[in-house]
Amino acid sequence: MREIGSLPAIFHLSIIAALFVAQFILPPFHHSMLTRIMVLAAYASGYNILLGYTGLMSLGHAMLFSTGLYSVGLTILYLGFEPLAAFTVALISSLVISLLLGAITLRTSGVFFLIVTMIFSQVFYLTTLYFNNITYGDQGFVISQYLHPINMGFFQIDFADRTVKYNLSLLVFSVAFLLSLYVSRSPLGLVLAAIKENPDRAEMLGYNTYRYKLIAFALSGTIAGMSGAVYALVFSYIGSSLAFIHNSINPLLWTLLGGAGTTTGPLVGTMLMVYVIDVTSSFTESYLVVVGIALILIILGFPKGIVGSIRKRWLTWLP
Amino acid sequence: MSIGKISRRDAIKAITRSAAAGVAVGVGVVGGVGGYLVGSSSARPGQTVTVTQTAAGATVTQTIPGATVTQTVTAAPSTVTVTRTETVGGPAKEPIKIGFEVHRTGIGAVYGAWYERTTRAAVALINEMGGIDGRPIELIAEDDGTDPQRGVQAVEKLVLEHKVDFILGALFSNVVLAAAPRAGELKKPYFAVSEGYHVPSGQLNRYSFQPGITDVRSQLTAIAGWVVNNLGKKITMIYPDYAFGYDHRDWFGKAATELGATIIERIPIPPTETSFTKYFPRVPADTEVLYHVMVGPAVLTFVKEMGEYFGSRRPEIFGFVDSLEGVPLNSPGLEFLEGTYFWEAFPRYLDGYDTPYHRYYRNKVGVDENGADVNDPKNVSTYSHMFSCWETLFILKEAVEQSGYRRQTPDDYRAFITTLENFEWFNEGNQHPQGAKKFDGRLHQCFGQQFISKVENSKFRVVHRTRIEDSVYESDVDYTKQPL
Repeated sequence: MREIGSLPAIFHLSIIAALFVAQFILPPFHHSMLTRIMVLAAYASGYNILLGYTGLMSLGHAMLFSTGLYSVGLTILYLGFEPLAAFTVALISSLVISLLLGAITLRTSGVFFLIVTMIFSQVFYLTTLYFNNITYGDQGFVISQYLHPINMGFFQIDFADRTVKYNLSLLVFSVAFLLSLYVSRSPLGLVLAAIKENPDRAEMLGYNTYRYKLIAFALSGTIAGMSGAVYALVFSYIGSSLAFIHNSINPLLWTLLGGAGTTTGPLVGTMLMVYVIDVTSSFTESYLVVVGIALILIILGFPKGIVGSIRKRWLTWLP
Repeated sequence: MSIGKISRRDAIKAITRSAAAGVAVGVGVVGGVGGYLVGSSSARPGQTVTVTQTAAGATVTQTIPGATVTQTVTAAPSTVTVTRTETVGGPAKEPIKIGFEVHRTGIGAVYGAWYERTTRAAVALINEMGGIDGRPIELIAEDDGTDPQRGVQAVEKLVLEHKVDFILGALFSNVVLAAAPRAGELKKPYFAVSEGYHVPSGQLNRYSFQPGITDVRSQLTAIAGWVVNNLGKKITMIYPDYAFGYDHRDWFGKAATELGATIIERIPIPPTETSFTKYFPRVPADTEVLYHVMVGPAVLTFVKEMGEYFGSRRPEIFGFVDSLEGVPLNSPGLEFLEGTYFWEAFPRYLDGYDTPYHRYYRNKVGVDENGADVNDPKNVSTYSHMFSCWETLFILKEAVEQSGYRRQTPDDYRAFITTLENFEWFNEGNQHPQGAKKFDGRLHQCFGQQFISKVENSKFRVVHRTRIEDSVYESDVDYTKQPL
């Protein structure tokens, strides 16, 4: 039993190791693609804690992603913060906003929760447009000229360097990925699973489901904010379009495609979607039709998402 | 002092070293548009070019007799003599790769289709002319979905996978603003064709240029005087509540106010709005000029509802043609625009600026005298913007040939960028049919003439053409101080 218990940990560490090694093997373009995919997969992993483990479908995560994004961007642009300080602010603000948003929206459930989170997120999006004299609205702004290299003594962290971008993305993904694994194996994860399966029964057993859902929401939102913060540092662009609703739908799509409630599903789903769009858009302007058909076929073949279906049929030990 | 065969690159390095020793050499303006002298060898086989320039005690002589290139550099006081001989065996076969970040899908798709058509026409023409420095252009297009995130991805794909030499960039400001910094990180020259203010604002980097179309600030600076002097001094502005609208609010407001006008009301309209009736009562009764720049699919509704509200008691109305790019002026609902005025960068109707160059360009792109596809009169072009792709490609060609750019090396890119930064004018001609342009190498931005047209019988009739100097504004931005 102990050996089986350690297998997921080895599996997850192997994935991180493989991603680390990949940077030395991959051609330049795929190197940059994987950089992007890891940041977005971290975002999806955070989303998965809410959707996959707790059964709460949110359309408000673009707001939480953008909280991290704008925290980094605005503190660097206006306050001259160093990247590390800006990142710290982003983490704290994401946690606070997640707790506040969760405290309000978790008073609803089901489709109402979906709508209320979407409304808050849209209000946030319109706020970034309204205060365009500060945020530069939908045009956005860039921070690359303010991201000076950090001298670490024996080496420099230059944010324009592709190795730095890659490993920063790997770091944020690893944190989200391992946190997901930890949650899925912890008593907290078991309570969340209970809430997902039957919230009334969990309540009856004495669990304060509201509090547990709030913890899940805060964790999920903070990871989303952390991903947004790293996105700002890696890609240097901050704009309202990243707060728009499609950036809430994306992690939902990636998670469902990869397998909600699985730790590796968000990575697989994100990677698949990013590559499918990239490849199909090279051949046709109607690539979204192709993507749609591909998604339908995948869902027909893998009704629980790719990793979810693999887990059900073959690798039952997958978390 | 040793004299022997060295590479062109070594020659450049030798000159750079001598400059560091206090000897200024080599960089000068050649001909009407300027150029980069040292290392330049853009002559065709059979052509002989001799250029001599003395600068601060340095003499650079380059002679290209047909198939043999001989370059001599002499610099004082610490004399450096370099002689280089290499054989030019005719046009190189290897194509020059130009990446094209295009809005094939998303909100900019209408613009994207015409931008691509114009770009392909320019590429075909350049290749017919012998290519760039004897090398044919290979155009590689990537769709960015008019999305900032995908814009960055498109730049990465063009540079890292397709290994392009240069990038012809995007139109929409937010996409340019996201993609251009990445191009700068990858040290790849990126040519915006956007009319946005992002390049001259100094937000971007030394690798970003906008030489083929004027920016919105210069357009507004140019036309504000005509609006104030001819239409009225009490102005109400209606604009979309996002970046494009803010540029108009800020720069037109500033220019008009400085000319003695008053902006008596500013009415931002959310981009998601589909009905506009509730906004018109906010227009003050004493408004003399209603300035509007609405864009997007709701623009027909906007015009229709504006007509229903004001009827025949309307103030003078001035707008930007961006609202109507790709839209036939005889579309139902646009009748109210009769007698109103619009800014155009390049007249949609040929008779608005009928020059041989304009006819040549229109013919090559396949646009009829009314601004529509020659094979489909209903397919109206985005005529006022798409010339930027055409003109930018010819500027790129000129800079490559004058700089001697050959390969994707830091030295060649340095030569290319400094050559381009030394350009000062683009003369009107087949390559620049919209008109002559002044180029400011510090801002990486061009300045040019603008047109004001009146809608008459569902057509634009040009009533005023501004001068180039009307569009020039002061700026402290200087990209040339940034390292390469």
